[in-house]
Amino acid sequence: MNRLLVPVNANDHIQGTPNAEWTLVEYGDYECPVCGQAYPIVKQLQEHFGDQLRFVFRNFPLREIHANAEHAAETAEFAAGYGSFWEMHDVLFENQEYLEDEVLIGLTAKMGLSASKLRRSLASEVYRGRIDLDFRGGIRSGVNGTPTFFINGVRHDGGFGFEMLLRAFAEAD
Amino acid sequence: MNLSSQSVIPLTGTGSGVRRNKILPAGSVAPPFSLSVTPNQALALREFLGRPVILAFYPADWSPVCGDQMALYNEVMPEFARYGAAMVGISVDNVWCHAAFAASRNLHFPLASDFEPKGHIARLYRAYREGDGTCERALFVVDRHGIIAWSYLSPVAVNPGADGILEALDKLTGKLVG
Repeated sequence: MNRLLVPVNANDHIQGTPNAEWTLVEYGDYECPVCGQAYPIVKQLQEHFGDQLRFVFRNFPLREIHANAEHAAETAEFAAGYGSFWEMHDVLFENQEYLEDEVLIGLTAKMGLSASKLRRSLASEVYRGRIDLDFRGGIRSGVNGTPTFFINGVRHDGGFGFEMLLRAFAEAD
Repeated sequence: MNLSSQSVIPLTGTGSGVRRNKILPAGSVAPPFSLSVTPNQALALREFLGRPVILAFYPADWSPVCGDQMALYNEVMPEFARYGAAMVGISVDNVWCHAAFAASRNLHFPLASDFEPKGHIARLYRAYREGDGTCERALFVVDRHGIIAWSYLSPVAVNPGADGILEALDKLTGKLVG
């Protein structure tokens, strides 16, 4: 059984309250089609569990097979600096087939954030270190592909269907 | 260099009544090999003497992308490099298949072809699946002297990830690399 080695902490992107009964941590890649399939299912789970679910998203870009994954992750981290992480997270997954730099810059501008600042951030790789930290923590915890979910700190090894995840929550109880 | 003079291969997994697929354990000499990695290039285990090498036997090229074991190791290469460790993937696929697979995944480490005689090297590591005619999903971390420091047999359908490898490298180098 693989356990999450990096506990949820202040550096994480978190939706929900700290005293929720369930914590779901996703290691994901904005360009990964399977993560894209899991994205609405996470929303469904959030709706189902309400404030009993805390959701955490950590970066696990597969840079060698997804050319835009790193910059997409950096764009979300950039947005986080303006309190817009989750808005960007959602927009990226909803447009995951078109995550070239120009699109990332367009989405950023549309959100009312500075396109030129994003350009500079991407060029200087400001957020690369943070993303690497997420990635390394994931590797150590047994993340072996994307998406990988941890339910209350234990890796979920089954499929990502809503029913399947519901069952996994029940079993983690 | 005669590796067999340095250590004795433990006699586990031989004789009757022993479980099949018991891969070579830690402490065994890593059986030497020379396997093709491209149509005109071979790779020998002895080339890695002096540094750790990870041998990742796997059943076949072309498993689904986002959960692919070799694609994952490709992403973790910078971590392995911090230990000075090399990585070699080994399956019974032929060199042309490996070349297409490596190109599609942009792999930065060699894939060795245990193709002829089929599975010969996998058998020496006790990592061959007779019924299926493929390699097991088995990991070996070989130390700089050519001795197996850690080995792990994964269920064939499960990507074993890289956490076990990194722990083994931690122990081998006696330090935690941040």
